[in-house]
Formats: sequence, C-alpha cells, structure tokens
Amino acid sequence: MLWLIPALPLAAVLLNLLVGGRLGRKGVGWLACGAVGLAFLVALRAVLRLAALPEAQRTVTDTVYTWMRVGDFSADVSFLLDPLSAVMALVVTGVGFLIHVYSTGYMAHDASYRRFFLYLNLFMFAMLTLVMADNFLLMFVGWEGVGLCSYLLIGFWYTRPSAAEAGKKAFIVNRIGDVGFILGMLILFAWGGSLNYARLFAVAPHVFAVGSTVITTATLLLFLGATGKSAQLPLYTWLPDAMEGPTPVSALIHAATMVTAGVYMVARTHVLFQLAPVSLQTVAWIGAATAVFAASIGLAQNDIKRVLAYSTVSQLGYMFMACGVGAFTAGIFHLMTHAFFKALLFLGAGSVIHALSDEQDLRRMGGLAPRLPWTHATMLVATLAIAGIPPFAGFFSKDEILSSAFASGNTAVWILGLAGVVMTAFYMFRLYILAFRGQPRLSHEAEHHLHESPPSMIVPLAVLAALSVLGGLVGPPMQEGGHAFARWLAPVFAGGEHAAAAHHAVPMAVEWGLIALSVVVALAGIGLAFRVYLQDPGAATRLRERLSGLHRTLLHKYWVDELYDATAVRFVHGTARSFWRFWDTKVVDGAVNGVGYVFEGFSAVLRLFQTGFVGTYALFFTLGVAALFLHLLRH
Amino acid sequence: MTPVPAPQLIALDWWALGAVIALSAGAMLLLLLEFVPAKPGSSRAAVLSLLTLAISAAAVFVARDARRSIFDGMFVHDGFTVFFTLLFCAIGAVSVLLSWDYVRRTGIHHAEYYVLLLCATLGMIVMAASNDLITIFVGLELMSLGLYVLVGFRRAHLESNEAALKYFLLGAFASGFLLYGIALLYGATGTTSLTRMAAFLSESPLRGNPMFVAGGLLLLTGFAFKVAAVPFHMWTPDAYDGAPTSVTAFMSAGAKAAGFAALLRVGLTALGGMPAEWGPILSAIAILTMTVGNVTALLQTNLKRMLAYSSIAHAGYILVALVAGGRDGASAALFYLAVYSFMNLGAFGIVTMLGRGREERVLVSDLAGLGFRQPLVGLAMTVFMISLGGIPPTAGFMGKVYVFKVALGAGLVPLVIIGVLNSVVSVFYYLRVTVALYMQEPQGEPTEVSWAAPAVVALLVTLALTLWWGIQAHDLLLEAQRSVMGLL
Amino acid sequence: MIPISWSLALSAVLFVIGVIGVLVRRNALVIFMSIELMLNAANLAFVAFSRDMQSLDGQVFVFFVMTVAAAEVAVGLAIIVNMFRLRETVFVDEINLLKG
Repeated sequence: MLWLIPALPLAAVLLNLLVGGRLGRKGVGWLACGAVGLAFLVALRAVLRLAALPEAQRTVTDTVYTWMRVGDFSADVSFLLDPLSAVMALVVTGVGFLIHVYSTGYMAHDASYRRFFLYLNLFMFAMLTLVMADNFLLMFVGWEGVGLCSYLLIGFWYTRPSAAEAGKKAFIVNRIGDVGFILGMLILFAWGGSLNYARLFAVAPHVFAVGSTVITTATLLLFLGATGKSAQLPLYTWLPDAMEGPTPVSALIHAATMVTAGVYMVARTHVLFQLAPVSLQTVAWIGAATAVFAASIGLAQNDIKRVLAYSTVSQLGYMFMACGVGAFTAGIFHLMTHAFFKALLFLGAGSVIHALSDEQDLRRMGGLAPRLPWTHATMLVATLAIAGIPPFAGFFSKDEILSSAFASGNTAVWILGLAGVVMTAFYMFRLYILAFRGQPRLSHEAEHHLHESPPSMIVPLAVLAALSVLGGLVGPPMQEGGHAFARWLAPVFAGGEHAAAAHHAVPMAVEWGLIALSVVVALAGIGLAFRVYLQDPGAATRLRERLSGLHRTLLHKYWVDELYDATAVRFVHGTARSFWRFWDTKVVDGAVNGVGYVFEGFSAVLRLFQTGFVGTYALFFTLGVAALFLHLLRH
Repeated sequence: MTPVPAPQLIALDWWALGAVIALSAGAMLLLLLEFVPAKPGSSRAAVLSLLTLAISAAAVFVARDARRSIFDGMFVHDGFTVFFTLLFCAIGAVSVLLSWDYVRRTGIHHAEYYVLLLCATLGMIVMAASNDLITIFVGLELMSLGLYVLVGFRRAHLESNEAALKYFLLGAFASGFLLYGIALLYGATGTTSLTRMAAFLSESPLRGNPMFVAGGLLLLTGFAFKVAAVPFHMWTPDAYDGAPTSVTAFMSAGAKAAGFAALLRVGLTALGGMPAEWGPILSAIAILTMTVGNVTALLQTNLKRMLAYSSIAHAGYILVALVAGGRDGASAALFYLAVYSFMNLGAFGIVTMLGRGREERVLVSDLAGLGFRQPLVGLAMTVFMISLGGIPPTAGFMGKVYVFKVALGAGLVPLVIIGVLNSVVSVFYYLRVTVALYMQEPQGEPTEVSWAAPAVVALLVTLALTLWWGIQAHDLLLEAQRSVMGLL
Repeated sequence: MIPISWSLALSAVLFVIGVIGVLVRRNALVIFMSIELMLNAANLAFVAFSRDMQSLDGQVFVFFVMTVAAAEVAVGLAIIVNMFRLRETVFVDEINLLKG
C-alpha cells in the first residue's frame, strides 16, 4: 500500500487537470488538501505498522512493477519504508498538509488558484517519490521532479520578470548539481552492479576499499548533487532568489521539503560515505562553512524572506556538518525540527506580508506584536526554537550536532558551528524585533489595511508552533543507549554511528558544559540583537546628538554603543554586505553567467561555419573524409 | 541454355514481403487514381496512404516471429527487419496525419506528396531489410530521391527550393562516396552480400587490406551523412529549416533511423561487429556530434533550426551506443531510435500546427504565452522538450539511461561524462521553449493554432508513447533486444 | 589484357577529379556533372573488379547505379531548373538564404 502515499497527490493532480475547472475554488482547495492529508494518514498508518515490527525487520518494500530490466541491470518502481524514510514521509506529508491548508487562505485572492495547487500537488508527488524510492533511479525521478516543480512554483508569478528569472536560475543551478548526481549514480552502478539501495549497500564494503578513489569520487559527485539541491556552497545562490515565489512555496520547498533532499540523500547513502573519509570531511567542512557564511549574510538583509532564506541555507549547513562528522541521526533530527520551525517562520512571515499588503521590507515594519497577536506569538516560538533556546525543538537537535562535532575531535568545525549559533540568534532576533517590536514604521496604506490573518492560516501556524515546542522532546540529550529518536533510526544507521559511540565517551560534565556553552552563546546573540535594535534609537539620531554637543555627560554611555557600532556591528555588517554584494552577486552569479557566455560564444563561432553555401558544406564533408583517412594512415 | 529458375517463395515469404509490396502498390495506385480527379477538398490520398501503411505494418506483424532469407539472401526478414518496418510504418503514419491539414494550409496538397512519402518509407524499409550492399544502395537512393523532392515540394517558396538544392547536391555527393566505398569492399571481398562478406572475412582476415579498410570508411561516411553526424551534418539545419515542416518531421525521424539501421546491419553482419579500428573514429564522431549539435543549438531562435541541431546531437548519443558495440550497444541504439523518433515527431508536429492558413510561425518567440492559451499544445510541447532533454519520467530519459549504461559497461567512461555534460547543456535550449510557453508575453500578434483532428491524433499518440515509454520502458527494451538477437 | 591496377588508377583519378570539381565549381549544373563523374568512377571500379574476379555481381551493380543515376538526374535537374526560375541563377555561391 506504500505506493498510495505518492499516488494520492498525483491523483489529485490528474483530477485537478480533468475536472478542476468545474470544482470551483473551494473544491480545488479541498481536493488538494484532502489528497495530501489522506497521504499523511496513510503514511501514519504504515509507520505505526512498521513500529509494531521487531526492530531488525523494520524495512518494508512495495514493488509496483518492473520499470526496465536489462541483463544485470534492473530498475523497479518500488517504494521503501524504513525508519529513515518513515521520518521523511511523515515530515513531508505532515508539514506539507499544513502548508496546503495555509495556502487556501494565503492564495485565496490569486487568479491562478487552481494552477497553484496543481503545481503544489505535483511537487508533493515528486518529493514523496524521492524519499520513498528504494533505488537511485527512482530517487532521481523524484529528484528531477522536485527541481522541475520548484522551477514552476518559483516562477509562479511569471509576469514578474524577476520571478521568471529566479525560476530559471533555480533550475539551472540544480542541473549543475544533477550532473554530479547522474555521474555518481553511474559510477556506483558500474562498480557496484546495482542501483538498488539494499543490494548496493550490501556489496559496497566488499567492492569498494575504504578511501579508494572510486568511492571517494562517487560520493563527492553525489555530494555535488546534494549541494545543488540543498543550496550549499558554492551552489546556494538560487535559494535566496527563489523567494520570488509565493510565501507558502518558500515554506514548503525552501524550508521543509525539497532543500532537505540533499541531506536525506547523504544520510541514505551513509554506508557509502563512511567508506570515503575524504568525502565525509568535505561534507563536514562545506556544511560548517555554509552555516557561518550564509548566517553572516543573513545579518544584513532587509527583506524578511531573504533573511529566512539565508537562514535556511545556514541551517542546512548544520545538517551537513552533522552528517560529515558521522552523526547522521543528529542531521536527520535537525532536519525534522528545522522543518517545523522554519516552515512556521516562513508561514509567519507570509502572515505578516499578507497583513501588510505585500510589504516585505523589515525597515517598514515594526510594532506589529499587539496588532497580530497570533502571528507574533507563533513567530516568537519559532525564533526561540531556531536560536537554540531550551526547551524548544531547535535546541535539542542543534546541541546534538554541536556536541557530536566536538566529540568527533574536529574542533575547527565545532567552533564554526558555535559562531553560527551567535549569528543565528542575532539575525533572527533582529528580524523579530524589527518586525514586531519597537515603533511602527508602516506606510500609511499598510497601516490602514492591517489585519490578522484568517483561521485557515492561523491554525497551521499554531500546530507548527506546538511542534516547534514539543518536537525536540523525542531526543533529549544524555539518555542511556541513545534517545528515542536515535533508537528509532538505529536500524538504518546501525554500525555506522561511530560518532555516536564517541559521543558517549565524552564525560557527563563536559556534555553539560557544551550545552551550557551553546545556550550562553545563543543568549549572547539575542542580547546583542536587543541592545542594538531595540534600546538604540538609531544611528542617525545618535550621530546628531553627539555632534550638537548636548548631553556630553551621556557620552560615555554612547561610547559603548559607538564602539561596537563602529567595530563589531559595522564591521560585521560591512563584511556581510560585501559577502553578499561581491561573492554572491559577482563571483557565483558571475561564474554561472560566465559559463553561459562561454557556451554562447562557442555557439556563435560554430554558427559561422554554417555559411549557407553548398561549397563550404562539401568542403567540410571532404575534410572529414580526409581526416578519417589520415587517422587510418597513422595507424 | 538453362531457363532461369523462378524464385521459390513459400507463403510466409509473401507476408514477409508484404510491407514492400503493399507500399509499392499503394504508391502506384495513388498515382493511377489521379486519372480520376478527386474533389478539391478530398482526403483520398491521405486516407489511402494510411491504409497502405497499416497493411504494410499488419503484414509484417503477422510474420513477426519468422526468420526468412529471400531472393538469394538479398532481403532478410528477421527481428531487426520487423522492428524497423514497424517503426517506419509508424513514422510514416504519424507524418501522414501531421501532413493532412498542413499540406492544405501551405498549398501543396497533391497526391504526389503522399506518393513520395510512401516511396521514401519503402526505401527506408528496404535499407533496414537488405542483406546486400546493392539493395541497401537502392533503398537508400529510393529514400533520398523521395526526400529531395519532398523537401523542395513548395516549389514557389525560395527557402524550400534552396533547401532541396543543398540537400540534393550534398546527398548525391555523399552517395558518390558511399558507392565508391561499396566498390572497394566488393573488390576486396569479391561479393556484395553481407553474409558472404562475413564468411569471406572469417576465412581470410582482411583487416589490414587497405582497400577493405578504405571501403569501410567510405561506407561509414555515406551513412554518417544520412544520420547527420558531424562533420557530415552541415546540410541538416538548412534542409530541415527550408523543408515543409511535415516533411522535416518525417525525415528527421525516418531518415536518421534508416541510416542507423543500415549502418548497424552492415557493421554487425558483414564486419562481425563494429571493426576495432572504427572505435576511436566513432568515438570522435560521437563526441563532435553531441557537442557541436548541442552548442550550436544554444543560440538558435528558429524552432525548426533548433530542433535540427538537437537532432544532430541525438545522433551523437546513438553513436555512443554504437561505440559500445555488441548486442547491448545495438539494442540501446534501437531503443533510443524508437524513443527519439516519436518525441521528435511530436515536437515538429506541434510546429506544423502553429499559425493559421498560409502563415507559418516557427520562431521560439512565437510560442510566447501559448502554454496558457492552448493548454494541450503547451503540455505536449513541454513533455517533448523534457523528453528530448532527457529528464525523467519521460522516454528520452530512459533512452539516455540505457545508452549510458551500456557505454559504461563497455568501459567508455570519458564518453559517458561528455554525454552527460552535453545533456545538461541541451536543457538550456529546451528550457527556452518552455520559458517562452509559460513565462513570456507575446510580442505583437499572438500565434494561432490550426487545430485539425488528424494532427491532434498524431500529437496524442506521440505524447502517449513518450510518456508511456518513460513510465514503462521494459517492453520496448525487450523488443529491441529480441530484434537484435536475430542479427548476431 | 589491361591489368586491373590501371583501371583502378583511372577510376581513382576520375573520382578525385569529381570531388575537386564539386569543391571548386560554382555552377550547380557543373557540380552535378562532377558528382556524376564520381558515380562513374565507382562504376568503372565495379566493372574492373568484376572482370578481374570473373563475377557478374559488379556488372549488375553498375546497371543499378546507372538507373539510380538517371533518376537522380531527373530529380536534380528539376530542382535546378526550378531554382533558375525562381532566382534566375544556378550559381551556388549566390544561394544562401538559409544559414547559421
């Protein structure tokens, strides 16, 4: 019955195509939400059954039919439910369902309501195929499918040139990553003889020597695919641009589902990655670097959705960092909690944007807390969760990642992770304060239309807030024999969690110390944000007061502010801006465009040969024949 | 003086020859029927052509499991022949459906159009079924002559005429090389029969004989021209661009498949597998063909030219399968050819439908916004582009997977890497089409679509096959493998 | 009896003359004649081989080639004549509407 889970959204797509026009808005909404909700229930039932099985047998496959079989090569359309894909399926359908419900409210006034849900359901189908496939080829179908759907959804408002451009960029950057995926897959098949997970992983330790070039190349290529889909350095640039899509799309694709595909893939192929220490190191370093790098850019963004976009890139970096140090459980744990609180953040941001008549600039918000009580409360929960404050969900998963990194002995990665925590806490509270606290800086029109969102949007927010609070409790630290979540995933990662074993080697006191340290660091970031953005009336005012010579007695008070304004904040702001201005828009975009220009240049040159004259064509023909004969003569 | 013995044909042979007989008879009947003038709007010729193609396919289908060698081994009926005969009949039928309305709109609605189409199809079938260089040559010329005229069928149209002239001059030029190659092979082995050539070769290895090697190379050149492999491809964009679009659709699928069919049969039967010294040559041609085709397509604004370059690139992918060689390589090539034929027919088919009356719209920008005004056209075109680009879950993806898998099995890692990179580059220009369909507003007059029932049928058939073989490729693969089995 | 190498040499020379003719001439008719020369070079080779090996296949092939060449002439001349009607030129270097 597993096939039903991806098939339900697909059925909704077909129904929508065939009779969607006659259903009306309400019908289309019900259809789309119903299909995903039903898929969630089916998944839930399947997972409960799975849990009832003895631990060693928790792998269920459901072969629908043979896709192609050629000699030793076979690919089935076959779905797999094991503890890992169970987590993914529940997160995707669960969070997906909430976002579908939210979208019925958010998109209520959009002219292309039906088209939106068509794409959204198609996306769910592709994503579920990706996470539930039992072989690489089927996974690749889902992989390309989500790429295609994200292109459609990001470019949903195609009349805006920037949206169409962003959609295209997402697709192209993803294609670059896909080259890695395809080549990695082909190498695995050529050497491992199968694309089926179970068969490939069974033979892998015998076929590939630890650290051999083949397995290192294959896993690095797979990881290239993951960096494309999960927006890691250097292929992350599409994600911030992807904010051109409607906000529910950002929540669904760019927070909860599609971008986690890369992490899922690395976790799924952990058997292979563990045979290639170099690849694992690379994953850890890229993850840590992205975590810090994207967070630093997030410090200076003024668009509420862009802050969240960079934050997503940064959080994905944490997940890869976890995988890289061998703590796959921690990576998946963070993937799950992140899906809750980041979806909540995006949906909350959507609620704010909705309330302010499509205003996205943080500088024209402020003081919204009393006006949007529900949105404010839920956003605060999510912000605390992402900042890593106990007992919110993000705290548990992030702490596990950091202590795993520390326990793995990779101190540099751990320090980078810790630096990311400060920045995350800082920019998230900057967002929170600029949006909800302080004085309102709204435009007159936005002020006039200001309203709390309808229940269809608030209820999903509340549910996600509850999950953001409680979601972490499945994995409290310092449990004998691992926490519940780790025990659940144990059959998948069995034998692979060398880091987890090392984790317990760390003495209790050190563990407590690490927890305290990460909380303190997060609190420091939050404090800094409050100090800079709430208590400080603004740089311009300060400057005027200082120059007028009044209140000189108060000078030393400002000295502190000025000091860190001039050093810390301005420096950080400056670096962040230059990172964004230079690296992001020049180097990376430049490279992508540059490759395009080079190819177009080649194309233009090749077109010159096509002169339109028969003589030229005959000449090239003859030269071709001559070349063939020359080749023969030389041998 | 001994009387010439009459050929001994059993009942089965008549079925096996059914396709050839039916097509010849159909073509002549169509010509004779012109003595009885049809009503101006009559679809007589198209209906008769469809019937003829159906009968041909049915005849071969009846005898699909038989293996016969007829006319002293010149014409063989085996799995390979059956596969290609059915493919050519299908290509012909889809082309007739696409032509139905198009020829009326463009004022070339004559019975001769369909006669030539049938003759060209007949030539293709003869090429695939021949086991002798003489008949291969005759089949190739029959196909080519038909196509030369079809390309120039819009006589008053400058581009059409120019395309025909270029195609004709270069085609005849290539035939000269091909023929000289055959002469040299004949001189080296003393026979034109592929089977006897193989027997001769197994007795006295001739691999070093310069006459034999040169003959083989010239033959390869001739076929490379037909399949549009670089550097013998330069006629392709001009001929495809100038020809009536329905003819472009037909020749892009049929002529290429026929060229590969003959090349495969010669290579596998006579030369006992692709000769080893062809390996590096074929790899070089494959790399050039993929790269030049895809890169040149990047800047094309004319849809027909873009698809022409794309069809060059696809010949490159098929050549990769040929380099891999052996039974797997051949079946991968067959699989890819079948898949390619239908997705390409579909893509060109949509181009035939663009524009009203005499007006033809062939620019990529003419598609702007069409995806929303004509959802079926938009959806179909998107599927074809996705499939041509090799993105799942379409047939084009399965074709590439199989070809690359076979090539990897033969240890051709660099070739596969170049192939994968090329398929990524190709997405850029295929994507431009979908971007135009869904993300651009039309500049000036929006493009109208000429709906006609036959064209819609053709579109639905190609669309269904492109999707079906992507979702369930197994059966076609088995067919491709079975048909290659008889050869080796 | 003339040795086969002589006929073959002549055939090769004819073929090359034909190829060069196609490459250097501008008149479509002359190009076409050069192509015919190439075909006839092949015919000569066929006949020479056939005689040398005492086999009839080559001579039969020549008949096929001649028939095909005749059909080719019919089609080719029709195209060239039509070209002259439309453009009043048969020079191939004046014909390049389609390019790039």
